Amino acid sequence: MIDVKNLEKKFGDHVVLKDINEHIEKGEKVVIIGPSGSGKSTFLRCLNLLETPTAGEIWIDNEQINAPKVNVNKLRQKMGMVFQHFNLFPHLTVKRNITLAPVKLGLMSQEQADKRALELLERIGLPDKADEYPNMLSGGQKQRIAIVRALAMNPEVMLFDEPTSALDPEMVGEVLEVMKELARDGMTMVVVTHEMGFAREVGTRVLFMDEGNILEQNSPEEFFDNPKNPRLKDFLSKVL
Amino acid sequence: MGFIDSFVDKFQTTFIVNDRWLLFLDGFKVTIIMAVFATLLGVIIGTIVAIAKVYSFQTGKLKILDKILSVYLTVFRGTPIVVQLMIWYFIILTSVDNGVLVAIIAFGINSGAYVAEIVRAGILAIDKGQTEAGRSLGLSSGQTMKSIILPQAFKNILPALGNELIALLKETSVVGYVAVVDLTKVGDLVRSRTMDAVFPLLAVALVYLLLVIGLTAIQKRIERRLRQGDRR
Repeated sequence: MIDVKNLEKKFGDHVVLKDINEHIEKGEKVVIIGPSGSGKSTFLRCLNLLETPTAGEIWIDNEQINAPKVNVNKLRQKMGMVFQHFNLFPHLTVKRNITLAPVKLGLMSQEQADKRALELLERIGLPDKADEYPNMLSGGQKQRIAIVRALAMNPEVMLFDEPTSALDPEMVGEVLEVMKELARDGMTMVVVTHEMGFAREVGTRVLFMDEGNILEQNSPEEFFDNPKNPRLKDFLSKVL
Repeated sequence: MGFIDSFVDKFQTTFIVNDRWLLFLDGFKVTIIMAVFATLLGVIIGTIVAIAKVYSFQTGKLKILDKILSVYLTVFRGTPIVVQLMIWYFIILTSVDNGVLVAIIAFGINSGAYVAEIVRAGILAIDKGQTEAGRSLGLSSGQTMKSIILPQAFKNILPALGNELIALLKETSVVGYVAVVDLTKVGDLVRSRTMDAVFPLLAVALVYLLLVIGLTAIQKRIERRLRQGDRR
């Protein structure tokens, strides 16, 4: 469902992504790992055009999304995104955080959206937080709610940009648990993370990026047990 | 004649004789009307200018508009409001014989320049992640600005905005230069007619002070309401 052809991204003279080609099938859970500055977040952000590619093509469901005159807003409704720093809206209650986009975009009435928000909050065990403001919540709770906020749009793909990197260690588990459940439900997921355990357990395919290239990709077992690229071997020896 | 008698006497000549308190009331109304409508105009202009400038800064589009707006900010912040007021009244809007209307336009456009910079600072202070979160959900840049960025920006700039509105209220006191009889002008007129400066001028000063105290109280209340999400 996602096709990336010769993708390149430069910031000024600095090349962050070099000629990336990638294909992601519906239902896949693609995990991207790599050192900081390797371009993995930029790659993810190109997929929903938070970063505009400087060259190459990105196709989603047979539509080139980085062509001129594409309705970017429509496209993004199909692609949920979860950020490292949650980015909940601090001036709105949890429920309004979740219902804002579906209601503003005319996809649901406020009542429908409220009902759906409560269902989603039940699912992550936080129905009692519906009327609280984000500042009252722990990091783990914020991130679970950020996931649910994206899910409220009924996206076809979920993009995760280091969703657990800003969390205290004891809160990482609860966020990964929600993501695992989402994976079990069949969601197509692209996850940039440093959680190797998650990559191994949930990923259907793991990519290793360094210096703007995808250097190796494989099934999790092969990837972690039998790495071939020397840079990947080096990287794994440091993080595992 | 004792002090008390003289006090009562002067109070009477300032406010009671010839129903002069009615003059004060009329002047008060003019001051309020000018302040309210100029504030509205200023906030509207300022917000639009700020959004346009931020949009231009972030996307690199509308470069020419951005330049024009910069000239607007420079000119209107760089010249005295009394001079601007007289230019509007005696040069540009000579065909408009409603001085209050001219004053509202002059003060509103002037205030807009200050408000624009306040609002722009407020928008730029909001974390980029907020915009990204809004856009990633499929909201347009306009919807994101309106529902996510501006409410947070206004909460943060409320004290600065309050300052500007207080300054504007007091600035309207120069409107006597273009023959509008506001509160200050009434005080001055009564002073010259009664030959007593103390009562009319202190009365006028007291009214401004009470207005500003009232405005500050309102601002505090709004701030408390908007800060709901900050409580822990």
